[in-house]
Formats: sequence, C-alpha cells, structure tokens
Amino acid sequence: MPILIKNRQVASDSWRLLSASAALADVPTTGDAIVPLALWLAHRAALASRDGRTGVWLDSHEGPETIAADVPRLPLIAVNFQKFGDGRGFSTGRLLRERYNFGGELRAIGDVLRDQLLFLDRCGFDAFALRDDQNVAGALAAFDDFTEAYQASVAQPAPLFRRRLAAK
Amino acid sequence: MYLYDEIDQRLVNERVAQFRDQTRRFLAGQLSEDEFRALRLRNGLYIQRHAPMLRIAIPYGLLSTRQLRKLAYIARAYDRGYGHFSTRQNLQLNWPKLETVPEILAELATVQMHCIQTSGNCVRNITTDHFAGVAADEIVDSFVWCEIVRQWSTFNPEFSYLPRKFKIAINGAAVDRAATFIHDIGLHAVRASPNESADGAAPGEIGFRVIIGGGLGRTPMIGYVIREFLPWRHLLTYLDACLRVYNRYGRRDNIHKARIKILVKDRGPEAFRREVEEEWAHVKDGSATLIPEEVARVESRFTRPAYKQLAARHADFDSQLAADKAFAAWAKRNVHAHKVPGYAAVTLSLKKTGVPPGDLTSDQMDQVADLADRYSFGELRVSHEQNLIFADVEQRDVYALWQALRPLGLATPNIGMLTNIISCPGGDFCSLANARSLPVAESIQQRFDDLDYLFDIGEVDLNISGCMNACGHHHVGHIGILGVDKNGAEFYQIQIGGNQGETRPGARAALGKVLGPSFSREEVPDAIERLIRCYLEHRESESERFIDAVQRLGTDPFKAVLYADLNQESPGRERQLAAA
Repeated sequence: MPILIKNRQVASDSWRLLSASAALADVPTTGDAIVPLALWLAHRAALASRDGRTGVWLDSHEGPETIAADVPRLPLIAVNFQKFGDGRGFSTGRLLRERYNFGGELRAIGDVLRDQLLFLDRCGFDAFALRDDQNVAGALAAFDDFTEAYQASVAQPAPLFRRRLAAK
Repeated sequence: MYLYDEIDQRLVNERVAQFRDQTRRFLAGQLSEDEFRALRLRNGLYIQRHAPMLRIAIPYGLLSTRQLRKLAYIARAYDRGYGHFSTRQNLQLNWPKLETVPEILAELATVQMHCIQTSGNCVRNITTDHFAGVAADEIVDSFVWCEIVRQWSTFNPEFSYLPRKFKIAINGAAVDRAATFIHDIGLHAVRASPNESADGAAPGEIGFRVIIGGGLGRTPMIGYVIREFLPWRHLLTYLDACLRVYNRYGRRDNIHKARIKILVKDRGPEAFRREVEEEWAHVKDGSATLIPEEVARVESRFTRPAYKQLAARHADFDSQLAADKAFAAWAKRNVHAHKVPGYAAVTLSLKKTGVPPGDLTSDQMDQVADLADRYSFGELRVSHEQNLIFADVEQRDVYALWQALRPLGLATPNIGMLTNIISCPGGDFCSLANARSLPVAESIQQRFDDLDYLFDIGEVDLNISGCMNACGHHHVGHIGILGVDKNGAEFYQIQIGGNQGETRPGARAALGKVLGPSFSREEVPDAIERLIRCYLEHRESESERFIDAVQRLGTDPFKAVLYADLNQESPGRERQLAAA
C-alpha cells in the first residue's frame, strides 16, 4: 500500500484501488473502491448502488469532461500520473475543481513524487498516494518549498498581483 | 532594470534551497538520473560533452553592471573564466561542476538572478527586442510585459510539466526585432485604431497580435496569427487558454513531435484557434485578468535612465564622424538611433574573427561593466544575435566609448553584416551536435575579413547550427548553414532565403530553402563566396539586400553557381556528394 498524504498529513486509507483491467466482478461488494473510468462508464448504476462508496480514477489521457455529469455525486476522483513528467493531470485537477466544482477528495496516484506535490496541491489535489520509495518526511516538507506564488490557482484563487494591491 | 520586491527575492531564495536539497538527494542516490534530470534542467543544468553546462537566465536580455560583474566572478570562480551568450539572451557556462551549482545559484540570487526555467519542459526565458524602451518605433516598452509574463510563467503550477519546452517572445515596436514568428508564442504589441473598436478594444487601446506555433528545430515552421488583437488585460488568461490546450493535447509519445507547432499543424490552425477560444471563454475575465494597477506597479519597479535635455545632434559627434573614417564605418553599423534626442544605442560586437560568436571572458565582462557604468547608466542588454547593447549612450561619448572598446576586441564594425554570425556552440561543446560550428564561423569570418568588401556586400544574416535542433537559427538566416553527420564525417548543408522576421517593413519571416548536397568544412567559405558573388552580380542596386535579391530571383541562380562545376570535380568530390 502506498503511503497516503491527505491535507498535508499522513492519513489512513480506506479506499481500494482497482486496476485498469478490473471487471465488475472484481469490485468488492462492500467498502470503498476506486474504479477505472471505463468500468464506471459501463456499470455506473450497479457501482453507484453498491454497499460502500465508489470513486473513479482517470488515467493521464482521460479528461474531466468524461465524468462531468457524475462529478457532483462522486466522493473521490483520482488522477493517475503514468510518469511524473506527464503534466496533463495538473490541468485535469484544476478543471475538476474550477470548472466542474468538484468538492470531494482529489487524489494523485501513480508516479507521485515529492517534487511535484506543491504544484499538485496548487492545482487542487488534496490527497497524494506516494510512490513506494518516497521519503514521507521529505514529502511533507515539500509543501513548504515555496511560501508564495505569482499565479491564480485552486489553492489561491487571487493571483499575487491582486493580493499585492489589496495589501496596499 | 526591474528591481525585485521582497516576494520576488524570497521565491528565488526558496528555489536555491529547493535545488540544493534536490542536488543533495541526487548525490546521495535518493533521486534517479531520470528524476533528477527533469529537476536540474528546469534549473538550467545540462550534462554535456565535457562537463555540465549551466544556462543562466537573463530575463529579456536586460542586465545591470552589478549583475554582469557577478557573472564575471562566477565564470572565474566556478568555471574557466568565460561565458557564452546564447540566442535566447541567456548566458551559458560550459565547465561548472555539478556539486557547485547550488552555490552558483546562491551567488546569482544575491544579484536578483537565477537559472529558473532556462531549460526543461516549461515556459522558458521570455525574449524581446534588444532596443526595447529606446527605439523610435516603440508602441509599448516590452520589458514591462516581459516581466508580467515572467511572473505568470515562473513556477506556474499547471504548466510546469508541458509536453515540451515553450518559448515566448514579445515585441513592443512597429518592426519585429524579437523574431515573434519563430516562437511557440509570439506577442506583437499593437495599438487599436483610434476610431473603431475591434474585439472589445477601446479606441487606441494597447493589445497584442498573438502568433502561435512557430519554431525552428527539426520541423521548422512560421507561426500562425491566432488573434489579430488581444486587449492587454486579457493577456494572461489568453496565455492560460493556449497553454492549457497544449498541455492537455500536445503529443507526449514522441519528443520530436511534442512542440505546440505540431499540435497546431495536426489540428489545423483554424481548429486550434477555435479550441483556444472555447477554452478562453471559460477563463476570460477571471481573476488572472490584468489590471492597470499591476501594469503600473511593474512599470514603476523598472529603473529608468535620468536622461539629460540634449540637442538632437551633438556637434562633436558629427565632426568625429567626418574626421575619422574607421569610427564612421563602425558607427554606421554599430550605432543606432535613440528616441531621446542626443542619445544613441551602441552594439558591442561579440563577433570578432577568431572568437566564438557570443563568447566573453570574465575580464571583458568586468571591463564592459565599467564602461556601461561610465557611459550607459549602468545597464546593458544581450541581443538574440548574441551581441551586447549599451542602450543609452550620449552622442558626445560615442567616440570615447569606441576608443575604449577597440582594445577589448569589442568594436568589430559588423552589425547586420555577414560576419555577425549567429552560431550555436556546436560539436566542440554540445553533446547533441552532429558537427562543429565554431570553426566554420571562423573560416567564413576570415574569408570576409576585408572590411570594404564586407560593407559592399551589405546586410546579410548568416546563421550556423551544429545540428537540426537549430540553436543557431540556421533556418532564418539569409544564409543558413546546418552541420550534418554523413557516415561519421562532418558535412554542411547550405540554405538561403530565410528571414527572422519583419525587421524592416515588408520583409516577412521566412524559412530558408536548402540549395543542394552538402559540403565539407573546407569547402564552406568558397560556397558562401560564390553565393555572395552571385548576389553582387545580380543585385539591382546597393539598397537591394542579399535577402531581397533571393526573394526576387528565387534560389535557382544561386543553386546554379553553387553547383556549376560539379561535373569537373574529382571523383573523390563526387563520392562525397553521393554520400551527402
């Protein structure tokens, strides 16, 4: 099990992550489960009525519009980083929060490394399933690598230039 | 100079600490090569042929003398006492040690400098016109807009892991001295018509023509105008929309097809434009919309020269021009008009024969800093043609400055001339290169060493790249030379007709056409001379430049002279050609 950081703390994880090739029969009937997008789209009704919460994970190439209609009802959406250098998930995160008003847990999964955490945080992610080899203390410290940012983001909707003006 | 405030400085300091820790983790084996590569590149650090190469950002090419002295010190203390100014207005050190790079970054931070995003798949240093703020044809001071975009791009959380690098150029004047058509995004300031309003612009309002998808490299392309007029306040939200479409849909499966130009081409420019507009509709008028107070704030953080009230022409300057032929010849090429009466901009040529284009020693840096303090308000600029500019010299000081520059080897009168060669460091330094470029540059400079001949030839941009990554911008040289590898031997392909942009009205940006089979290094100066002879024979007048003649005549006459004696050549030559 990867270590989970949630809201900048190590957290216990109640969610079971199902692989991309999982079939409906692989989904446990009880307990919290994160299912791949294709499975969700094919068996939405059955999954929604199971005894336990169901979240959906999007792969790097799967955009938020694929689950636009379900966003208000989903307790958790995970975004997979196939490789840490694949930055599509950053846009996916911002869109889910800012355009689709997703209010549930937004979790980064896959190749999640400490040096990406702060940017992920600013793009709206609040949970991070760290890759197994990551140093937890270092990862927690990484959120403080920078104490300010120029741009508007999910974490800070007003860009620095508006806040500079307001502070005057 | 833009002067940092407390927050600007804090971010740079925090970056130093972050990279120090990343380097420590790498050296301790806690970061893989692959993971560290992505982190070091965005701090300008490459692992090169002989040693690491460190690319130091010179935002939009603007430097204070305090900064230049720091660069001189760093090159001396951490490197071999020289640096290389690049076409992206940065400075490259070729011999630093990896473990000292955090120290170098800390040194840079003390003078408000850094290596942030000088490489890596993120938004790179914003480049601009080296005459920003002093050109008579200025629409806006592009430095202000460069700094606004610099802040937007610095540690941008959404756009830090793009499919590929992203280069933005901003031009603030009527003519394009920033090569905006060969950048991922080019922004060209325009003023809306005083009468009618277009795209919601107020009459006379400032905005930008947005050009997208240009670039050189393996797949050179001239950019596409995606928007004729973008009101200034929408600049950042529009960039957000462009970058978001690119970040989401740019190819990530093939590094050679990952630039935005490929996406624009694959989608079709019109479809791409619609996609951007659709995305923009969501973010337009959001919190990232610029406000006049921010533009004024950034503007106010730039120091401005305290110009004197002077006559338009200084009498001494005119008499010195009349009395000293060598001075007049230099002034004609290297001294440029200034919008403030009595002042001039001066180019210090870094293209002396025998010195790699763009190279400057630490001692020269210190001496240049002294001169800039004395004659140009303590500031200077780096041009994308790899020269230095003193932007604010009093006319009456130009002669003394010239005399001081001559012993430093920085007064070669060749700006705009054939020997003002743009060149990448090539195979002597770069691990990507297929061929050396510096010896080729030198052999051409030697061939055209006669100044009268050089001046008679007139304006020619000659650019050399050691490989198809095109760091030497060979596609947009009036004459472009590309180093290629043929069965382990270095050969050079020659093209003509390229143009970096509308540096004078009417001459649009264009990509050169390859003339034919490539040449060995020894043959290159002859080949260039043939092209020049052909031009001199065919030009209608001295005011018809080489590039104008190529555009009028096409490439055929040039091809004919270049390969005229092909059949009389030795069998060895034919074999070479066949191999090429």
